[in-house]
Amino acid sequence: MGKLLTRQEIPLSDEELQWYISEGYMESKIAIEKKRSRFTCKRCGNHKQYLFAAMPHAACQKSCVYCRNCIMMGRVMECEPLYRGSPHYTWPILENPCAWEGELTAEQQHAADEIVSAIEHGQSELLIWAVCGAGKTEMLFPGLTAALKAGKRICLATPRTDVVRELTPRLKQAFPHVSIQALYGDSEEKSGDAQLLISTTHQLYRFAYAFDVMIIDEIDAFPYHNDLSLKFASKRAAKIDACFLYLTATPRRQEKKRIHQKKLPSVFIARRFHGHPLPVPKLKLSPLLRKELANRRLPKTILQVIEAQQLGSRQLLLFTSTIDYAQLVTDILKPIYPAITSVHAEDPDREEKVRAFRNQEYSILVTTTILERGVTFPSVDVYVLDAGHVVFDEAALVQIAGRAGRSAHDPTGEVIYFHRGKTNAMLDAQEAIMRMNKRGQRP
Amino acid sequence: MKCLICFEEIVAQVSWNQFLLPQRTRSICEGCTGKLKRIDQIGCPKCGREDAKEICYDCERWEQSDVYAGCLEKNVAVYAYNEFAKEIVAKWKYRGDFILIRAFAEAVQTTYHQHFCDVGADAVVIPLSGQRLLERGFNQSDAVIQLLGLDSHDFFTRRESEKQSKRGRRERMEAGNPFELMRGSSRPVLLVDDIYTTGVTVRHLAKLLKESGCPAVYSFTLFR
Repeated sequence: MGKLLTRQEIPLSDEELQWYISEGYMESKIAIEKKRSRFTCKRCGNHKQYLFAAMPHAACQKSCVYCRNCIMMGRVMECEPLYRGSPHYTWPILENPCAWEGELTAEQQHAADEIVSAIEHGQSELLIWAVCGAGKTEMLFPGLTAALKAGKRICLATPRTDVVRELTPRLKQAFPHVSIQALYGDSEEKSGDAQLLISTTHQLYRFAYAFDVMIIDEIDAFPYHNDLSLKFASKRAAKIDACFLYLTATPRRQEKKRIHQKKLPSVFIARRFHGHPLPVPKLKLSPLLRKELANRRLPKTILQVIEAQQLGSRQLLLFTSTIDYAQLVTDILKPIYPAITSVHAEDPDREEKVRAFRNQEYSILVTTTILERGVTFPSVDVYVLDAGHVVFDEAALVQIAGRAGRSAHDPTGEVIYFHRGKTNAMLDAQEAIMRMNKRGQRP
Repeated sequence: MKCLICFEEIVAQVSWNQFLLPQRTRSICEGCTGKLKRIDQIGCPKCGREDAKEICYDCERWEQSDVYAGCLEKNVAVYAYNEFAKEIVAKWKYRGDFILIRAFAEAVQTTYHQHFCDVGADAVVIPLSGQRLLERGFNQSDAVIQLLGLDSHDFFTRRESEKQSKRGRRERMEAGNPFELMRGSSRPVLLVDDIYTTGVTVRHLAKLLKESGCPAVYSFTLFR
């Protein structure tokens, strides 16, 4: 069903595989192409030569080239072909797939209509530029309904595993009779043969010409944003005449330029679903931050701000630039605020901790940029320590600010960037938020 | 040149040393070198771990066992098996990114020469089951021996079995010996492997060797 797999990923015996190939259900493809002594990986599109290596291969007793770029998805070798499953499969046509009964705001409805028309008319691209907390997921529901009614196959790809985990139950609830699967590195379901797939962008390496509608969430986010091979994979995973929907709150310059040149159709949603403006970040100078952290302390001013914050009813989301700082800050604050914990990308209990924080079991969560997007906490204040660090670019800072005030019950929240000197990223982020608020005010 | 591990460009420090002496080209960057913890001070003389002062509790238990006491002279490991090392091993061994072994080349050669240069032991491969060898495409033990530039000796075969890394210490001890000796040796033997975790594997092999009349069995691993 439109998959592109290595021999080891196919749970069939050799005879069965041969049968499938001879019947035309599968075909075998060269895995690594060699042209003028330059290699190209046919799974991930990698053609950087330093990401190829040779190894003495026990199976064929000679030196074989393999691709290092997509090795986390299983090794692709020169001597072993890739197998492509035929994408011609008839998906059920569903009469009334959507069970969601919520209502869209006028702005959301407008965007939803655009999405439906793009899907129905087979438009090749549409970018949905919606501020953080505009309710992007709900906006997709009418579009998904239209696609499912037409018997189309859909993939919703996002760069982050956390987002896949959060979206899946919501979509399963909204579309109870549709076959839906979540695909990510450690997901339980691996087969990827549902009609609606929610997947990390990396999993797209395993598909070829499979989807009629390809929705890519957070196109500006790491790792999708600057990884050419992921872009290659998402193109290849979709059918030639597929409809691509891009979702973002902070488009990069490249997309803005294409929108401006009218090469990329787009729809803009400047207002959050609850109608309140985005919290505008404040900048606070804290010149001694790094020095104090080196002495395992926090500056007094920051401690005072946290103390005042903790007297209020909101939880606190504290962003740090690196994993080491996240741990250090947690250690410093732990004696004063025992209900504190930290998460980072390599934390095995990350999922559990985020869930506990959402259930109000912690009052402070210290995090690296992994929680900058896609996650919703009902009532938080957001502080960024050392906002001048390179990991906090404009997009990241806008996204971080977008974590505050996401629920209709508590639509505001305080966002503070603690810095050692203003950077362009901070000012641009602040300006971008104010500009969006202004656009959102207009009727 | 890009770092084998993190793909960052390797920038050589400019110094008189570099100017005057012939330089080895580095395969990994400063940052990654720093995160790999070399074992400079051997803690337990038996298993080569760093975080012990004398013979550690694990080794004590081995030496009290009736079956395995005294069958292994000692183990020497190059690196401590920390989180970073686990990541690399996962990528190298389980994902099959063979080339990563070059990252260890220099340290492995130095440590080998410090400890085993004048022992004169034959380097012996620890076999994989046929199925696993096909999946992985290479034998990690053989890869280390190749890295040392030694001749590898095939003394053993292995019955099909579950992965050691998926079992606990007790299960490993009770699982029985999956190896069979094809031919014995009257010369000292150096077993080469990637990781010494509980020491079961090397002791299974050492016992078989000893029974067939081998004078001494040592082991050399990348990690402890």
